[in-house]
Amino acid sequence: MPDAPAIAFQDVSRRYAGKAAVDAVSLSIPAGQFVAVVGASGSGKTTLLKTVNRLTEPDDGQVLVEGRDVAGEDPVGLRRRIGYVFQGVGLFPHMSVAENIAITPRLLGWSTEDIDARVDALLSLVSLPLDYRRRLPDQLSGGERQRVGVARALAARPGILLMDEPFGALDPVTREALGLATRSLHEKLGLTTLMVTHDVQEAVILADRIIVMAQGRVLADDAPRALLAGHPDPVVAALMDTPARQARAISALMEAG
Amino acid sequence: MAAGAAQSQIAAAWALLPDYLSQHVLLSASALALGVAISLPLSVLAARNPMVRWPALTLTGVIQTIPGLALLALFYPLLLALSAFTAGAMGFRIQALGFLPALLALTLYSMLPILRNGVAGLLGVDPAVREAADGVGMTPRQKLLRVEAPLAAPVVMAGIRTAAVWTIGAATLSTPVGQTSLGNYIFSGLQTENWVYVLFGCAASAGLALIVDQLLGLIERGAARRDPRPAVIGLLLLLVGVGAALAPQLLRAATPAYVVGAKNFSEQYILADLISTRLQNAGGAVTRRDGLGSAIAFRALEAGEIDVYVDYSGTLWTNVMGRKDTPPRAELMAQLTDWMAREKGVTVLGSLGFENAYALAMERKLATSLGVETLSDLATQSSALTIGGDLEFLSRPEWASMKKAYGLRFRRQKSFNPTFMYRALGSGDADVISAFSSDGRIAAQDLVVLGDPKGAVPSYDAVILISPKRAGDKRLIEALRPLVGAIPVEEMRKANYAVDRDDGKVSPAEAAAGLAKAVKLD
Ligand SMILES: Nc1ncnc2c1ncn2[C@@H]1O[C@H](COP(=O)(O)OP(=O)(O)O)[C@@H](O)[C@H]1O
Ligand SMILES: [Mg+2]
Repeated sequence: MPDAPAIAFQDVSRRYAGKAAVDAVSLSIPAGQFVAVVGASGSGKTTLLKTVNRLTEPDDGQVLVEGRDVAGEDPVGLRRRIGYVFQGVGLFPHMSVAENIAITPRLLGWSTEDIDARVDALLSLVSLPLDYRRRLPDQLSGGERQRVGVARALAARPGILLMDEPFGALDPVTREALGLATRSLHEKLGLTTLMVTHDVQEAVILADRIIVMAQGRVLADDAPRALLAGHPDPVVAALMDTPARQARAISALMEAG
Repeated sequence: MAAGAAQSQIAAAWALLPDYLSQHVLLSASALALGVAISLPLSVLAARNPMVRWPALTLTGVIQTIPGLALLALFYPLLLALSAFTAGAMGFRIQALGFLPALLALTLYSMLPILRNGVAGLLGVDPAVREAADGVGMTPRQKLLRVEAPLAAPVVMAGIRTAAVWTIGAATLSTPVGQTSLGNYIFSGLQTENWVYVLFGCAASAGLALIVDQLLGLIERGAARRDPRPAVIGLLLLLVGVGAALAPQLLRAATPAYVVGAKNFSEQYILADLISTRLQNAGGAVTRRDGLGSAIAFRALEAGEIDVYVDYSGTLWTNVMGRKDTPPRAELMAQLTDWMAREKGVTVLGSLGFENAYALAMERKLATSLGVETLSDLATQSSALTIGGDLEFLSRPEWASMKKAYGLRFRRQKSFNPTFMYRALGSGDADVISAFSSDGRIAAQDLVVLGDPKGAVPSYDAVILISPKRAGDKRLIEALRPLVGAIPVEEMRKANYAVDRDDGKVSPAEAAAGLAKAVKLD
């Protein structure tokens, strides 16, 4: 199936204690697209993302990756094929930067030379100096750790990259730089990227397509430009208006000055 | 010459150190290794599964509250029953005395800190890191080995360290189940009031615990800092230490040795030393099982776990043969010898020449003022008197038959450690005590031993017993036969007193040498 979407959610639901965290979500993400999922905290973004590599199993519905139902796949193999950047990074504190980046290739049994070359390539890809190889995660700044997290996710050359608030807790300058770097990696490597964020502005700047979630449901799904132009749902409209509202507030301030 | 005596005791203690330390190290290292081997996988299971966690932690916690001595003692009958079963079902006996019960009890003892820290360490791994391990595609096993185990390692090591210190301490308690350890100093020292020995044993085991704690501390630090250097140094030193401590063990293992047993009082230590020396002079190697409980000793001999020890005819008559009658001395000996050979395959080589009978004794002053010379006289006065007995005596059939034959009824009954019992007479804590007729303190404290005109208590000839396994061992029998009939009660009392007295006391080995000289068997 050459035209199969990279990721497809078909009526996916996941409940915790009877309450739906993800509620009958259907989406189709074609290969090569950069999709941002936005929504308030607790709206089900992380849960939806985790159903893709089976860190969470849906109660109902199906998730297809490259046309195949993930429920029928070995979760370990599936996860090694899909890059995942965790909310809060989740680097292994007892492993060096190089060991963290090399983990999936090592699990896949790559040769030492291939792994070494790959680690060097990834360090330069995420703009980290090569002499960072031996450092431990707690010897890095927050932004450097996020870069290592992205490098780790990309190490085994996945076609799909899942990112869960990858740039949370960073200063705005670093955040913007890292976001743009990721977008260019997406282009360069021909990835399909699904990124969760609660920052609408970031989503607007980086993504081809924005999905707005609330209480486990998809409220809106469109290109950033279209959503910025207005939306019948007041929640979506208010959310998408935040960047513009902030811009207006800033220019008012500048004029007053 | 208190200083000189202390010095010679320290020298004697040093001479015993290689053997005691080596056995102590072997025992505690094995128990700890076994404890780790069981507790680590159990920790993994318990961390994963709350249905395992609660029972495992509770059970090991409960075991921890059992006093060490009781736990060790519990394993002896358990293994004895198991040994009888395997002997019947599979044709071999497992060892019920010595190393095995001590090993099992200490292993159980070591488990709680390892298990508790293991579970805490594993559960303490940040859930985000655990999820990341899943997310990068680790199998559960890879997650355990590559992420959870290394992150839990410092906490686990701290638990192993605690367990090591506990195990080394508790290993001193394995002496009464027949396992030699640094506790031999403490138990024999307590028994003979040789405080130099007691202190020496405590210092040696504390020193060993401290050193091991420091070395394991190095490994723990290595694990915490993810720096292999201190860990490797600690591990190497630990291995070298264990190897060095085990060397005497391994050298000795080459020659199968005679195992000489001793119950837990001075006379037994002296006689065991006497026997050991004679066996060594005859070219035999000797290992010792000292401080055995009275009931344990005979069963150990029967099972071939010890080869030779001294017991008393009346004790065997009532406790082992289960007889309630009290025939005259010579007839009892003859029947005992015959029965032992026939029923148990145990050789009664003969009487050493003295009796160590159960008797009641009083201070001469009190006895005279009350007009008491025999148990019959005592019966008329007993309701106003307090009797002090050692724990064993008060539960023995001899005491029951004494009470019954003479109608003894005391105002109060107290139990004492044998050593403190004699003091109780002087301090007025007891008016009458259970005494042993060969005890040196009878003469030294000028006590009156009360007569037994009705023959309520059997005679107690000290007899040499030889295990079924050694029944045909000529060297053993020829080395020990000269002891038969050779030791008069006065000489035994002297030797006992030399060990039991407070001033100028000597070690059992020195007393044994003195005794051998006095009876011209040196
Ligand atoms: N493992 C879990 N157990 C119970 N409830 C959960 C679990 N994971 C998520 N939830 C609940 O599901 C809802 C959606 O959570 P999540 O997907 O993490 O939201 P978001 O990432 O948008 O903040 C929340 O109400 C959250 O409390
Ligand atoms: Mg989330």
